[in-house]
Amino acid sequence: MQSPKLLRHAWTVASKDLLVEFRSRTAILSAAVFVVLVLVVFNFGRDPTAVSNVDLAPSILWVTFTFAAILAMNRAFQLELENQALDGLLLAPIERSSIYLGKLIANLVFVAGVELIGVPLLALFFNVRVLPYLGPLLALIALATIGFVAVGTLFSAMTTRTRFAELLLPVLLLPFMIPPLSWAVLATGRLLAGRPLSEIVGWLNMLAVYDIVFVTLAVFLFPATVNE
Amino acid sequence: MLLAEGLRHSFGAVRALDDVSFGVSSGQTLAVFGPNGAGKTTLLKVLAGLILPQRGRAQVEGGRRAIGWIGHQPQLYGQLTVRENLRFWASLYDVPESEFLLRKDSLLGRLGLQDHEHRRVSELSRGLVQRAAIARALIHDPRVLLLDEPFTGLDRMAAEELRELLSEDAAEGRASVLVTHNVDEGAELATHIAFMRAGRFAHFAPRAGRGPQQVSEDYRNAIA
Amino acid sequence: MRMLQVGRWLTAIGLVLLAGVYVRALSYTPVEQTQGLAQKIFYLHVPAAIWAETAMILVGLASVFYLFTKDPRLDRFAAASAEVGTIFCVIVLTTGPIWGKPIWGTWWTWDARLTFTLFLFLLYVGYLLLRGAVPDPAMRARYAAVLGICGMCEVPFIHLSVYMFPTLHPMPIVLQPGRPKLPGSMLTTWLLSLGVFTLLYVGFVVQRYALSYLREQLEAAGEVGHA
Repeated sequence: MQSPKLLRHAWTVASKDLLVEFRSRTAILSAAVFVVLVLVVFNFGRDPTAVSNVDLAPSILWVTFTFAAILAMNRAFQLELENQALDGLLLAPIERSSIYLGKLIANLVFVAGVELIGVPLLALFFNVRVLPYLGPLLALIALATIGFVAVGTLFSAMTTRTRFAELLLPVLLLPFMIPPLSWAVLATGRLLAGRPLSEIVGWLNMLAVYDIVFVTLAVFLFPATVNE
Repeated sequence: MLLAEGLRHSFGAVRALDDVSFGVSSGQTLAVFGPNGAGKTTLLKVLAGLILPQRGRAQVEGGRRAIGWIGHQPQLYGQLTVRENLRFWASLYDVPESEFLLRKDSLLGRLGLQDHEHRRVSELSRGLVQRAAIARALIHDPRVLLLDEPFTGLDRMAAEELRELLSEDAAEGRASVLVTHNVDEGAELATHIAFMRAGRFAHFAPRAGRGPQQVSEDYRNAIA
Repeated sequence: MRMLQVGRWLTAIGLVLLAGVYVRALSYTPVEQTQGLAQKIFYLHVPAAIWAETAMILVGLASVFYLFTKDPRLDRFAAASAEVGTIFCVIVLTTGPIWGKPIWGTWWTWDARLTFTLFLFLLYVGYLLLRGAVPDPAMRARYAAVLGICGMCEVPFIHLSVYMFPTLHPMPIVLQPGRPKLPGSMLTTWLLSLGVFTLLYVGFVVQRYALSYLREQLEAAGEVGHA
């Protein structure tokens, strides 16, 4: 396995996906609208005297990110099936894992885009202070997102070719989202509450371990999802 | 260039390939005719390395990089332009930029697509998409070409152009395997002819000057 | 088919023995002081929980070897183990609240172990749904193996994530080296029960394995469509 080549092919696949997405803009638009909608609706429904903003914000933030991620992941391989291009990718003289990495990169860019919309809106609508903790918050969001998007991208390679396609992915992914999401929600809460950084280092470490384990696993398992 | 030895493969109880052996050398074109479900597509997929046969082996000189595939699916992204599509597939085959530009211009010219280079594939007519798909399959100058029902969906003009293109390339030394259920198509391109039924070659011989009508007759005799 | 019969016998013996364990638990084992009769459910609850988790690990191991060898027997075993694991999860998830209501005063709490079993159950449900959604046997086996391996690797992470919830759950009292707090007769009953559940696991798996083997034979003979 020549790694520069692997990464170059991965980037070729990813930039193609992003270009397609940029042209159609359907997924990113619906994800952005969803983010705004959730943030607004939660504001209507909550009683500020009962639950403080800082307690509620982390959960809402991660609900929206999760949804956006599922939207992106469902599209990743759907795109290849729609254009019946998967056989072409498999026939090309590239490592199978570069296809996976390409899809993973494209999905991460997509979700990052949604997150870049979500965080400022959250700060605005919920009046939580984000700026002082921006660095650690972004690190936390990145680490948690990589974890479940890595697993989801692997699963979407399988679910898009099954009977229930878009329905099945969230079902399969649910138990795999629990660890990174629960850590992310807890850590986000601490951060926004202005607790010292040392309190969340443990969670960041665990998220990093989760990412390493599942990205590695997915790279090795992906070929099994496409080889006949 | 291409060698198949004792290929066997089944899907559950369905035997798709049953002891198929043959070789195709440089400049030769093997046309495989057979009814639907005879195992033709499986044969091509095994040759391409998309399916690992349960028995036997298939070898292509130069490996996956040397293979071009023209199927009934265009394998083009509708939201991208013809050029962007060609660009994408060329970079997966590590075609250098200068070579890409040369080949792209020559292919688009030969296929009459010069004016459509910057149009999105989704905006093209069916015939133009088919031509773009042919350009896509040839962008890395494959030494071995695998064709799965390539004439399906092509208008008469495009089919004629494809035939011309294929015979020119064969003259330059490209080896091809073409599978189709329609005997009238492609018989005159072939140097070798095979009839396939239930995963087996019922007939495999050089064309030896047989015209489409003669091949049709032989096909009916061998299969029916 | 002999294997199916062996499985049925093992299961039948297991069920009879389970009844025996309960006779012993109810009549000959002391009643726990604070929890009263509710504690009796523990002989069902804990062994089922242990085997529910072990079954997932076995699914994962079988899946790893399947991807290397492509041996359909491993795939059949993984499927059987997942089905039995699901049943055991259901046992844990039903006995837990039955016990929790009188003792904790609530049917459900986001307690670490209960939550863990819930996620394990969801893992199994996903695995079985995926199997049901893929008609081609070879593809189904590969997909299931990929998910099975991920599932196995996920188990320790679910452990890590649920133990951050504040818990009402009784801490493990059986496996604490150095201080066996459990009275001898309770421990004996519990160990008997664990043995019986092991037998039940084997019996169920053998049956499911034999059944899926038969179904595959039928499919191969083309007599039934894809199940």
